[in-house]
Amino acid sequence: MELGPYILLASLEGAVTAAVLALTAVGLSLVFGVMRVVNIAHGEFFMLGAVIAWWVANSVGGHPAIGFAVALIVAPVLVGALAAMADMTILKRLNYDPERTIVATIGLLYILQQLTLMTYGPDARPVEAPFNQRIALPWIEHTQAGWQMYYPWGLSTTTYKLAVIGAAAAVLGGVWAMMARTRIGLLMRATQADRDMALASGIPVEKVYALVFGIGAGLAALAAVLIVPIQQAHYLMGADPLLLSFIVVIIGGLGSLPGTVVAALLIGLSDGIISVFFSPTLAKILATLLVGLVLVFRPRGLFGTRAP
Amino acid sequence: MSRETARILALHGGVLVLLFAAQFVLPAYHHGNLARIMVLASYAIGYNILFGYTGLLSLGHALFFAAGMYGMGLGIQHGGWSPAPALLAGIGAGAVVAGALALLALRTTGVAFMIVTLMFAQAGYLTILYYGEYTRGDEGFVLQTAQRMLWGIDLSDPTNRYFAAFTLFALCLCLSLWLVRAPFGRVLVAIRENEDRVQMLGYDTHAHKLGAMVISGTISAAAGAAYGLLFGYVGASFGSVQYSIFPLLWVLLGGAGTVLGPFIGALFMFYLIDLSSGLTTAYMLIAGVVLVALTMFAPQGLVGELRRRFWKGLP
Repeated sequence: MELGPYILLASLEGAVTAAVLALTAVGLSLVFGVMRVVNIAHGEFFMLGAVIAWWVANSVGGHPAIGFAVALIVAPVLVGALAAMADMTILKRLNYDPERTIVATIGLLYILQQLTLMTYGPDARPVEAPFNQRIALPWIEHTQAGWQMYYPWGLSTTTYKLAVIGAAAAVLGGVWAMMARTRIGLLMRATQADRDMALASGIPVEKVYALVFGIGAGLAALAAVLIVPIQQAHYLMGADPLLLSFIVVIIGGLGSLPGTVVAALLIGLSDGIISVFFSPTLAKILATLLVGLVLVFRPRGLFGTRAP
Repeated sequence: MSRETARILALHGGVLVLLFAAQFVLPAYHHGNLARIMVLASYAIGYNILFGYTGLLSLGHALFFAAGMYGMGLGIQHGGWSPAPALLAGIGAGAVVAGALALLALRTTGVAFMIVTLMFAQAGYLTILYYGEYTRGDEGFVLQTAQRMLWGIDLSDPTNRYFAAFTLFALCLCLSLWLVRAPFGRVLVAIRENEDRVQMLGYDTHAHKLGAMVISGTISAAAGAAYGLLFGYVGASFGSVQYSIFPLLWVLLGGAGTVLGPFIGALFMFYLIDLSSGLTTAYMLIAGVVLVALTMFAPQGLVGELRRRFWKGLP
């Protein structure tokens, strides 16, 4: 393949990564923005979403689309409920002290990961996509005979991948609408702005916290359900989404939702394109160093308005 | 010497005498375990100086442990050095890495400090994997018995190994005890309690934190170098996030800001995992449950509780 089509293919793959990453990272960002909690177990909620999707898809018979559709609803709800429970039993008792919650969520990470290992096992298992038609993409090139359109070998995408991008965009729109246009969004923003003032105005801050923690985890689980037909479900799959979400949230500015989405696009697309030229390990080294340096020299992130 | 000082010396000296005597009575299996625990406890002592006494929670100490281990291991494996200069190279590597990271990370505080240390440690771990040609990556490399002769003493022999581990541990314990009772250590504790006030009193808090991080990183590197030399294996997994979490776990369990806490925590956790691995392979589950339970019910740790209830002046 020529370089041009190759980069188009890489950016298409990158767009899928970016879509899933944006969902996961918005969940993390929401939790940090409203609750000021850094949730290290976020990647494990992602992993649980994928594992539950496999479990649901396997227990529901019939066409794969039915199982997938059920998983799309069941996995985020179950994971969200679990997270809300963890918030009420553990985080609430720590008074949301930033350092102690980090240690507790590290503990939660190991508990979820190892419980999955004990029940689901160490295998990576696939979930069948509800639909998966291959679409060959054309490429236009200037040759001696003038502009020519042709279909390069290997340049293609699938309907499912396009659907993932569309679904992620729709959900992100929904999150924005919830935050900006609904009453519960208003309560969340009020809690984010000033916890004590919100409490004094009669907002049930503890319930808002549990809800936000649940929604954050639910978004990660939803992202995992979307990606699991492309990438298999495995008990260690939470590490990369966690790291990438961290990168996205920090670059985008902690707690800023638009910044998070822009950063997810930036990281997702550049990840696809960079891995064409560099080894994945080198790309990860550069990315982690970038996050560290951004936090040291520009703690507000590229789009954020305040330091963590 | 005041009565308090005498009691403190008696307690810590007593623990060292007990550990020294233990090698003559313990069965071989526990004898080997205790040698390992003493090296890991030295790592935890290094961690405790930064976390327990200075109040800076680092999630990247595996970087220093691995720097010590690889500084030593690469010197022996590729430089053909003898263990003594290799050990020094490992400790030096740890000090340099700690100093460099401190200059960057100390510009941040709180949550940002944790994430910055985590990210740089992760970058370090990935770098070890990237240069797999020399470091052998996850697979690691084994140091042969012939490469582990320190001044003619064979460190692969269990008795010598126990004695070497004991020497390292005793040095770290004494250094830690001396440090936290010296003026420098007092300032560190004051920074932990209220940094603004210490600054107002005219102390250079940045320099003190920098010093604490370099000392902490150097002790961690010494433990890493000793671990590689005593147990004959150098691998990338010692640089992974897990090895940054372990010292945090040991110190929290034993009691942050106590001199004996790191050892008690490492001892307790080691045997907890040792006993539970007979029941399940998912032993990290135990670590997770202990972490959550500790943050919820006993943020002071074992020795910390002892201090709170019985002995207020325990360092």
